Amino acid sequence: MRAFFSSTTSRLVIAVPYLWLLVFFLAPFFIVFKISLSQPAIAMPPYVPVFDFAEGVAGLLRHLAAFSLDNYLWLLGDPLYANAYLSSLVIAAVSTLLALVVGYPIAYGMARAPEGLRPIFLMMVILPFWTSFLIRVYAWIGILKPEGLLNQFLFFLGVIDKPLVILNTTTAIYIGIVYSYLPFMVLPLYASLEKMDYALIEAAQDLGCRPLAAFWKVTVPLSFPGILAGSMLVFIPAVGEFVVPDLLGGSRTLMIGKTLWNEFFSNRDWPVSSAVAIVLLFILVVPMVFFQRAQARARERDN
Amino acid sequence: MAGTWGRFNVVSLVLGFAFLYLPILLLVIYSFNESRLVTVWSGFSTRWYVEMLNNRGLMDAAWVTARVAFISASVATVLGTMAAVALTRYTRFRGRLLFTGMVFAPLVMPEVITGLSLLLLFVAVSFDRGFATVTIAHITFSMCFVAVVVQSRLISFDRSLEEAAMDLGATPLKAFFQVTLPVILPAVLAGWMLAFTLSLDDLVIASFTSGPGATTLPMKIYSQVRLGVTPEINAICTVLIGLVTVGVIVVSLVSKRRHLLRQ
Repeated sequence: MRAFFSSTTSRLVIAVPYLWLLVFFLAPFFIVFKISLSQPAIAMPPYVPVFDFAEGVAGLLRHLAAFSLDNYLWLLGDPLYANAYLSSLVIAAVSTLLALVVGYPIAYGMARAPEGLRPIFLMMVILPFWTSFLIRVYAWIGILKPEGLLNQFLFFLGVIDKPLVILNTTTAIYIGIVYSYLPFMVLPLYASLEKMDYALIEAAQDLGCRPLAAFWKVTVPLSFPGILAGSMLVFIPAVGEFVVPDLLGGSRTLMIGKTLWNEFFSNRDWPVSSAVAIVLLFILVVPMVFFQRAQARARERDN
Repeated sequence: MAGTWGRFNVVSLVLGFAFLYLPILLLVIYSFNESRLVTVWSGFSTRWYVEMLNNRGLMDAAWVTARVAFISASVATVLGTMAAVALTRYTRFRGRLLFTGMVFAPLVMPEVITGLSLLLLFVAVSFDRGFATVTIAHITFSMCFVAVVVQSRLISFDRSLEEAAMDLGATPLKAFFQVTLPVILPAVLAGWMLAFTLSLDDLVIASFTSGPGATTLPMKIYSQVRLGVTPEINAICTVLIGLVTVGVIVVSLVSKRRHLLRQ
């Protein structure tokens, strides 16, 4: 294979985006880590710097002595944070499962649709993704609130005689996350279901397998890469979700994204919010690496 | 295989799309409601659109957002396309693994982390927060989305076309701009649009990285929503939904036309 660009051009093609991401994506994490080890201060910026390279080695050593794990101990000591992490993981896991249950029939229906209709359905799944996340979450406030459209509708049907309380509960968060992340679940599922050879199902049925059993034993395992990709794409961002729990979950529901936000904007405690972010990052690194490996394998298979 | 598209599939698609579209549809319908109460229908009116246009704060925020989105999408498209070329054409260079990680991680990184970390960077180097910082933040995460979109197109691109051009004496750079780029252009445009709408949408990262005088539309909408649901917000949301829908449909029609013309 011949070199695609001359060496200067190729170096630039790699170096420019590389440097950009190093400076604006990777380097900030080190700063977050640094600040998570510092003490809060009433100043601007509101923290005591841990190290300053301008002061040379002596200064560095002095600052290293001032390194403190206080913020992490604080996170450990206050059950609020542990609960917030735990409930975020649980809420994200339940929402992912719900999104899978809601998304699978849609993806399956699309994959089995007549070929001419598929691009239209695909477009219809993608279109809501282009509309603002904030707007889509906002739309649910009007539907779910006590005097909202859902309760009006249920009253009209005579199903209920006092309004259902959904807004400001965990149920509202589930609805919000499933609704906003559904395209992320449907698209990978559809991609793997569409590639599937349906002659396999027919073969299974010819061999005496009942349709439902054929679905469990053939379709589901074959769509596993899609299930995995879709679940990761919903789960990872859902753990740190802020907009949904803030607008739909009310003040009583606890999620770590909201905790970080409040710590930062209301309490102005930058070191603690940095520590919250670092711990969250450590929790998410495992599924992230797992996801990237799976993606890389899928790309290799496709090539 | 038409017979296999059973009733179950039709029902699940109808229910699925109802779930996806009904909330948006209701939001649009109630933007034309006369009453200040968003959920009680009292008659058709366009008064909230007039109020929206007269809301100075909202319009200023819209202008800021439009500029941020345009600039960040354009820069992100260039950087993202370069990253996609780097990832598909150079299978071996030092630090490639780190590079791949940095391109894919922002796609799933929780926004609160990205926002906080960028803010702390800007504070650490004493860079005044405002229009520029929001734009840089948006470039950073949206370039990764562009890279993924363009990369998937580049993988399926027939490289012999490029090699033919170079055999005929084109420099590699010229071959890229005259042969490769026209072919991957739909993906590059789709990447630009994706970057544009991501920037248009973003609340969390903008809230962290913005400063005085650079309030974006989502920040403005968010602060009003916290005070309560108002028909004015429904109106501006409807306008945004309309713009995005028209944009997406136009782009898909244009690319379909290009596709037909080539055949």
